[in-house]
Amino acid sequence: MFELFEHKADMGIRGIGKNIEEAFSEAAMAMLTIMYETKKIKPKKKIVVETYADSLDNLLVNFLNEILYQKDVSEISFCKAKVKEIKKIKDQYKLLAELLGEKKPNKKIFITEVKAATYSQLKVKEEDNYWIAECIVDV
Amino acid sequence: MLKQISKYIWELSKENQMNVCGRIYGDETLIKILEEEEKTNWSSLRQLRNLASLPGIQKYAIALADVHPGYGAPIGSISAFDLEEGVITFATIGFDINCGVRTLITGLKRHDIEAKKEELADILFREIPAGLGSTGELKLTKSQIDEVLEKGSEYVIEQGFGLEEDLKYTEEKGCIKGADPKAVSDKAKERQFKQVGTLGSGNHYLEVQFVEQIYNEEVAEIFGIDKDDIVISLHCGSRALGHQIGTDYLQELERASKKYNLKILDKELVCAPIQSEEGQKYFSAVNAGINCAFANRQVLTHLVRTSVSKVLGIDEKSIRVLYDVGHNTAKIEKHDINGKMKEVLVGRKGSTRGFGPNREEIPEKYRKVGQPILVGGSMGTASYILRGTNKGMLETFGSAIHGAGRVMSRVKATSNFRGSDIEKTLRKQNIIVKAHSLKGLAEEAPEAYKNIDDVVKIVHEEGVVEKVARLRPIIVVKG
Repeated sequence: MFELFEHKADMGIRGIGKNIEEAFSEAAMAMLTIMYETKKIKPKKKIVVETYADSLDNLLVNFLNEILYQKDVSEISFCKAKVKEIKKIKDQYKLLAELLGEKKPNKKIFITEVKAATYSQLKVKEEDNYWIAECIVDV
Repeated sequence: MLKQISKYIWELSKENQMNVCGRIYGDETLIKILEEEEKTNWSSLRQLRNLASLPGIQKYAIALADVHPGYGAPIGSISAFDLEEGVITFATIGFDINCGVRTLITGLKRHDIEAKKEELADILFREIPAGLGSTGELKLTKSQIDEVLEKGSEYVIEQGFGLEEDLKYTEEKGCIKGADPKAVSDKAKERQFKQVGTLGSGNHYLEVQFVEQIYNEEVAEIFGIDKDDIVISLHCGSRALGHQIGTDYLQELERASKKYNLKILDKELVCAPIQSEEGQKYFSAVNAGINCAFANRQVLTHLVRTSVSKVLGIDEKSIRVLYDVGHNTAKIEKHDINGKMKEVLVGRKGSTRGFGPNREEIPEKYRKVGQPILVGGSMGTASYILRGTNKGMLETFGSAIHGAGRVMSRVKATSNFRGSDIEKTLRKQNIIVKAHSLKGLAEEAPEAYKNIDDVVKIVHEEGVVEKVARLRPIIVVKG
């Protein structure tokens, strides 16, 4: 599951999952719901992305920013983000994910642009058998 | 601790690692808000103290009346750094590099557009690419993007998007020196291929406005505005390219902070010495972002000209640029530092340059009265045209407010307001709103911002700027 939390000027996004992959997927979904009416987008196109970072916190920011990059260059509006795997290789964390969506959907599905995922209130942690992944995104 | 030193100036005393004091231009209502904020994760005062703790900061870390917390440094803050001892930080620039306002003078009066305003609203909504997912008229290659980054407005004017004289009335003549496309990642450039000449979304807008009130006849005449004149204002920035520069350099500057043993007080207050390789590279990238934003507003100017001309039958060339100001910038400028004129790096985060009279950076036509400062209100409320003053030069490094400043979160705004209701309410006030997203419209509800009149009053009464004119919207186009 995911939720949006309050921030004075921008938006907080929080993904909660049974494992870290699910928490990251849900955090991405939270960001996508700020941008799109995700339910009106069909998952016709798929893009596979890989991101790396030196910590799980930074991995979340890099992953979310990768989605923002991909939406501009592929012109696909994403309705789903599925993180397939997060693993540690030596000193780095690697994330593998699929992004699903539709190229130039001919509907009113756009809401607000997200400029960037930020390091503010950035948190990736395990709590009571759940993983939580959250940060503020600049709108 | 906050100490009131004049009616609207409060001093934040030097404590712990602060190198200089903080100064806040605000009334008691704002001070109460700031004190309440301190109890939460997001505090403008804490961010101002952090900013004041950076190496090489000069005189004061300043917050103006539109202040609210940002990333690392508050929105609505100004800071100046010694070029040798100082640092350049992401926090004083942010993600939307050179986001700014450009105001166009149309030569039309309010009654000239009354009968055609629906048609004008429709064409502007159709012709100005706005909102998430929109693409511009220009489709650029990587080498063309490099030219945009190097030459800013000049490049797009060469391509037919505007008039040579537009450059005269743009800060830095639409092309800041020191931009290096090589300092900008391919990722940033790829994102911008189709985004030059797009408005964006969020708080960005295009407004057709009329001059409601003139406060200073003489200056208004020099600026070329009169009561009931129709002007058109654009608020937008460097789009995805600027956002990506921010994202990329946050990581580079984090590494630089560690390399140069600079204490990181906040993850977005990462920095590098100005003269270091990393600092210079970031500065070149920021300048490239600044030029991208100028080019963006220039292409939009062209689209406004053709649209207005189509509906009202006027000559495109009769629409002139009054001025173009940037908000999120870092610029090397000469200022009075303790009695001596000295070059410093001025960071304006959510703040506008507002130079007082006789500075050579001001277009000749306006030079003797000071720089025009364009301040956008929240949707449906007033905007202002101000001018810079000598007092502002001494107290705020020649800087001014950029807008009203947010007081309500987007989450709260969307639960409290409906986009369609806002449309209807504004319609009753004779304001046509065209928005690509009703939910986005609700996020930008006028009530989510401070009252612009109160914010302007504070800086005007303190004399750091002076009111010239007040504008009212007739048509609002939102992303």
